[in-house]
Amino acid sequence: MTVRVTLELPSVLADVAGGRRTLAVEMDGTDPTVDDLLDLVAGVHPHLVRRLRTESGQLRRHVNVYADGADVRGGAGTSTVLGHNAVVLVLPSVAGG
Amino acid sequence: MVQVMVAVGTKKGLFLGWSPDRENWEWEGPHHSMAAVAAVAIDTRQSPVRLLVGGRNEHWGPAVFTSDDRGQSWVEEPGGSIAFPSKAGADVEQIWQLQPGPPSRPDEVWAGVEPSALFRSDDGGRTFALNRALWDHPHRSDWRPGAGGQCLHTVLPHPDDSNRVMVAMSTGGVYVTTDAGASWNPSNTGVRAPFMPDPEPEYGQCVHKVVRDTEDPDVLMLQNHGGVYRSVDGGASWQEAMEGLPANFGFGLTRTPGPGGAFFLFPLTADLSRFPPDGRAGVYRSVDGGRAWSDASTGLPDSGFHTIVLRDALTTDAATPAGLYLGTRSGEVWGSQDEGANWHQLVSHLPDVLCVRAAVLP
Repeated sequence: MTVRVTLELPSVLADVAGGRRTLAVEMDGTDPTVDDLLDLVAGVHPHLVRRLRTESGQLRRHVNVYADGADVRGGAGTSTVLGHNAVVLVLPSVAGG
Repeated sequence: MVQVMVAVGTKKGLFLGWSPDRENWEWEGPHHSMAAVAAVAIDTRQSPVRLLVGGRNEHWGPAVFTSDDRGQSWVEEPGGSIAFPSKAGADVEQIWQLQPGPPSRPDEVWAGVEPSALFRSDDGGRTFALNRALWDHPHRSDWRPGAGGQCLHTVLPHPDDSNRVMVAMSTGGVYVTTDAGASWNPSNTGVRAPFMPDPEPEYGQCVHKVVRDTEDPDVLMLQNHGGVYRSVDGGASWQEAMEGLPANFGFGLTRTPGPGGAFFLFPLTADLSRFPPDGRAGVYRSVDGGRAWSDASTGLPDSGFHTIVLRDALTTDAATPAGLYLGTRSGEVWGSQDEGANWHQLVSHLPDVLCVRAAVLP
């Protein structure tokens, strides 16, 4: 089964995503997760995924990820399962000084 | 014509200063805007000169950037230059030190990071590998973070013996390897840790910075969390070296090269009063290996100076005579082109200065 997912990025990350703010990703297998999505994208855009996830696989502290509008930290985190035509939105949190 | 480059790492990016005479400066930046640049190196061992930058973006994490065209373009390795292997179960929080090896080993670059760990590159700083022996050290669980985080901030490869490397961390203290990193031993004899039940423990000290004498690699100077120490035996033992200093606390420490070189440091009042004594910007110089210190602050503000110089924000360009540079948390960079005899402000209104490095470019 192929699951189509749209990954939406803030403009500040477009330069590490081939100049694009939206990536259309097709994933094979059942119940693909946010981690699966990021693993797949890392093969093409490794700089992008390094900005979202640490080397141990944790979402960076000030990176928020929403799956179909829901903050994944409020659910299963990066194990959140993505349905067909899911939209995954990445937003930087309010941080810095 | 000599061209001097000064690289200033700040809380919000890297700034580069250029001068043909160390009097007239042109500044550019920020590079890597919004990344806290706590580590920078100007590697003049090979041509072209390589700039190495360790930055941490509050959102996107830490990264190493290198430039072989003096900052016109930057390379970031796709997989990240410095990362813990998955089995380590840790993430690099910040890169605290990027230290090129000696000229005889031109591809060797060391990195110290938070949490305290040492990485080594053998490709000029493009990619690094974790030193497992230090990471797996049985003392590691006892190392505690200081106010800045649990960081390995100093790496001193021996100039003549590739088997010998000294590192320093806060807290943890000084560790030395004599077998190319296969094993590490604490090297803190004589260094106090007044914040611990045993004030002279084998390890656990909060060492702020260590600098090696360019003429005799067994001579070292150490700014501790309370106390300045010298060693004449490669760190096997340390003796207090505070004669002439107004205070024993501080961070910034450097040494100018050559037989006539000197150690320089920037004292702060105390642990619980982290200001220059009497609101005066005071640089102190020792020309005799730390036996005595004297004031070398002419031209620096002598009152109303309530900012500080961090551990890697006092440095030299290694020219003859040596230039000295210090950066402040209030965003100023001051320079001396006569080994500390006179100082003048080079630039102001930068973000908090975290580190400064300088070099004469070929």
